[in-house]
Amino acid sequence: MIATTEKKKQKVIDAVIIRFVGDSGDGMQLTGTQFSDTSAMFGNDVATFPNYPAEIRAPQGSLYGVSGFQVHIGSVEINTPGDDVDLLVAMNPAGLKTNLHALKPGHTVIVDTDSFTKKNLEKALYDSNPLEDGSLENYRVIEVAMTSLTKEALKEVEGLDNKTITRSKNMFALGMVYWMYGRSREYTTEFFNKKFKKKPEVIEANTKVLNAGFYFAETLELIPNAYTIAPAKMAPGTYRIIMGNQATAWGFLAAAEKSGLELFLGSYPITPASNILHELVKHKHFGVKTLQAEDEIAGISSAIGASFAGDLAITTTSGPGLALKAEALGLAMMIELPLVIVDVQRGGPSTGLPTKTEQSDLLQAMYGRNGESPIIVIAASTPSNCFEYAYEAAKLTIEHMTPVLLLTDGYIANGSAPWKIKSVASMPEIKNNIIKEAEEDWHPYNRDKDTLARNWAIPGVPGLEHRVGGLEKDRVSGNVSYVPENHEYMTKIRAEKVKRVQNYIPEIVPEFTEEGDLLVVGWGGTYGSLHSAVKELNEEGYNNIGFAHFNYINPLPKNTSEVFSKYKKIIVCELNSGQFVKVLKINCSEFNFLQFNKIQGLPFANNELVEKFKSLV
Amino acid sequence: MEAAVKEYTYKDFASDQEVRWCPGCDDYVILRSMQKALPEMGVKKEDVVFISGIGCSSRFPYYMDTYGMHGIHGRAPAIATGLKLTNPDLSVWVITGDGDSMAIGGNHFIHVLRRNIDLNIVLFNNEIYGLTKGQFSPTSLVGQKTKSSPYGNTQPPFSAGELALGAHARFFGRISGNTPKEMTQIFIDAEKFKGTSLIEVLQNCPIFNDGAYSKFNDKAVREDRMLFVEHGKPMIFGKERNKGLVLNGLKLEVVTIGENGVTETDILVHDAKEQDPTLHQMLVRMEYPMVTGIIRAFDDVTLEEREDALTAQVKSDSNFKKTDDLFFSGDIYNVF
Ligand SMILES: Cc1ncc(C[n+]2csc(CCOP(=O)(O)OP(=O)(O)O)c2C)c(N)n1
Ligand code: SF4
Ligand SMILES: [Mg+2]
Repeated sequence: MIATTEKKKQKVIDAVIIRFVGDSGDGMQLTGTQFSDTSAMFGNDVATFPNYPAEIRAPQGSLYGVSGFQVHIGSVEINTPGDDVDLLVAMNPAGLKTNLHALKPGHTVIVDTDSFTKKNLEKALYDSNPLEDGSLENYRVIEVAMTSLTKEALKEVEGLDNKTITRSKNMFALGMVYWMYGRSREYTTEFFNKKFKKKPEVIEANTKVLNAGFYFAETLELIPNAYTIAPAKMAPGTYRIIMGNQATAWGFLAAAEKSGLELFLGSYPITPASNILHELVKHKHFGVKTLQAEDEIAGISSAIGASFAGDLAITTTSGPGLALKAEALGLAMMIELPLVIVDVQRGGPSTGLPTKTEQSDLLQAMYGRNGESPIIVIAASTPSNCFEYAYEAAKLTIEHMTPVLLLTDGYIANGSAPWKIKSVASMPEIKNNIIKEAEEDWHPYNRDKDTLARNWAIPGVPGLEHRVGGLEKDRVSGNVSYVPENHEYMTKIRAEKVKRVQNYIPEIVPEFTEEGDLLVVGWGGTYGSLHSAVKELNEEGYNNIGFAHFNYINPLPKNTSEVFSKYKKIIVCELNSGQFVKVLKINCSEFNFLQFNKIQGLPFANNELVEKFKSLV
Repeated sequence: MEAAVKEYTYKDFASDQEVRWCPGCDDYVILRSMQKALPEMGVKKEDVVFISGIGCSSRFPYYMDTYGMHGIHGRAPAIATGLKLTNPDLSVWVITGDGDSMAIGGNHFIHVLRRNIDLNIVLFNNEIYGLTKGQFSPTSLVGQKTKSSPYGNTQPPFSAGELALGAHARFFGRISGNTPKEMTQIFIDAEKFKGTSLIEVLQNCPIFNDGAYSKFNDKAVREDRMLFVEHGKPMIFGKERNKGLVLNGLKLEVVTIGENGVTETDILVHDAKEQDPTLHQMLVRMEYPMVTGIIRAFDDVTLEEREDALTAQVKSDSNFKKTDDLFFSGDIYNVF
């Protein structure tokens, strides 16, 4: 190794995609988070995505024990964690093997050579050492004996056991990457100081290793230059990095405070929705009540009880759990009480692909109940707008007195991005239909003449004693009624109530062009991929392609058909075999819809979208 | 200060809905006993909520002029749990049947008992599915002929009490469906008890399982075949009040006072408040005599007490008063 003292050149780039991979125990999530947080604080736009192994304690060094974290940062707008990566940091052979396919040809991979032992190579099912057999010749390989260098850096620090020493090698990698992209180490050293307050030797060790990696990169000839990524042009304001599930949880906190109601969550753990429960259970200081129930049915049923008693009640789950909640959801619809159900979609059917993303619960959300039981269905489309749509779900259910199903998915739920923090004061008002005292001629099924929402009479108020239930209700008294005309009337009014929500939601506004040859249509968590693809084409000069992304599924925005009519072709893109397109065919039957579908448990890749759209214009 | 609870009569708790159970059904007795018990409980009418599942029994809330919800099959304990956690000041009653609570709702039934939230559960046990017109239930006997077991039931039954005690029920009472006075009193006692109270009513369904309990609760045999236990009193029964229970090894045994030198002081005194449920389990399992009354009433911390204490602790330790305090805390940064 030859040290150079001469200062290296700086190269300016717009964006970079980096993936950190290693064994589950190598601390890749932490490494990736530190890099993305530091970049965000610096002013870059960022998007991240973690990739954990499904096994909790996968054998060390095994292919299925690889844990990864992808970061996309830029001085330009960043919409997704990105597809193929510019830099791969592989802490072991298994990580290299499972991720090399994602590295762009000619780009850089940093490996910890110390981990390329015979044993680890065998565990990764390598027949020969890829560092020696020429299989990496299409890439720039930076071989670093990270474990030894880490040990070397720490030889004077006292009170460290061997495990702590080897475990801090991820900070060596992080230090190197910090130097390569001109990042400051300050945020991370501050993080050590806070996190290990009681263990000064661990603070010292991590800081030393981070610095060692940083200086190592600076002096290493193989890294000819460092890159500069200027801050992005983001709207002024106060930001934080937020994960989709956290944003969902916080949206409900904001809605509870704004509406003056307390928040109740009844839930049963399921990947990838559990984080919402984990987040909300922390916030007892805001009066949040959570019940980890005995199953999904109890989760939603307890929420129905809480709603009857006057709380903002929610239940959170993923596909299989939604199936279990179907009957209770029908009850909530029938008794016309507020309730939000969050379905963080994952790959289905059955147990399916729990840790992978998919948009295949849409039809279940729309129709997965017995009888005619329409509910409001909305979908968040980015990690940070999970906040807005959770808030919106709460607002709609309280104002319209019918359940709202909020769809997110594993991709946006686990992904993170900058969120321009919204103070509760800036959020729209939430009116409620609660009646505080008995009035003359009061009946439980009296309705608001505009929204058709019934009133919300809460136990504890004298004179409002009444019964609700799953049997068909008399249109006024709410008593059980088997009158044929009443059933038809009630069926229609429940549907009409949902339909009228159209008057309270925004119209759809196509991006890029208001008319043209092709309209790209998407919904939910694919916003980032679709937007990036259409944007790229637009910048290439394809200004005849528009983009309409739906957050409101039932009801659809009022102007949907009108927007569709302005384009020659419409292509509906979904991570399923065509569910939203079915909804569109029912509601906008005059159009011919093309489809682009992917069912691999993966998000859309940019190039597949770009290619497809190009072929249509 | 609490506003004084006004004086009610049973009529105040009767709704304007026509009661639609079959003539002669014990459900009428339960309804009337409840309507009579409520004015004695010192609760305000607007604070009373009945939550039921599905079944003949679960129509109950429609007949009470209180707040109520006729829920879905088996889920009433879960609905009631959410309701009670939201408003602990309410007097919340779960109405359920043997199928509702122990077949489809078995999971919720055991977990509500385990958690010990302050609810009252009235279990109408008629050892049959009434509403669906006569299939066997989890409490039907082996050999019992029903619509779905024309050659006799092959599935051995649960005992509601055993199941409940196994699930750590803190309060378990059993009452015969034809003893309205005792039933009224046990409802009042259940409401006073802090924690989940379960009352099993041995309810006759004259249509699909008539006489299921008659061999011990018919007026003619009742005193000789049933033991009504009371906390702190010796467990004595019989027309002559000369039968009683003693412990013989690990078994309860019926003895006759005055025979073989047995005196009243030899008879076991009922201790409903004992934490150890062993003896309560034995009482629950007895067939002769069939034991009724409050078999177990062990005072324990309730779920809402635990939740309240925890919330108060977290609130006092936290710097977050408003959600903005949370949103603008930690790693935030400004873009100018
Ligand atoms: C999900 C569902 N499954 C089945 C039924 C049909 N069903 C209604 S009541 C009942 C059994 C009720 O028996 P039990 O709980 O003993 O009540 P009873 O009628 O005897 O009072 C059944 C099977 C239903 N309503 N819902
Ligand atoms: S079927 Fe049986 S339980 Fe149901 S109302 Fe009639 S008698 Fe009562
Ligand atoms: Mg029954």
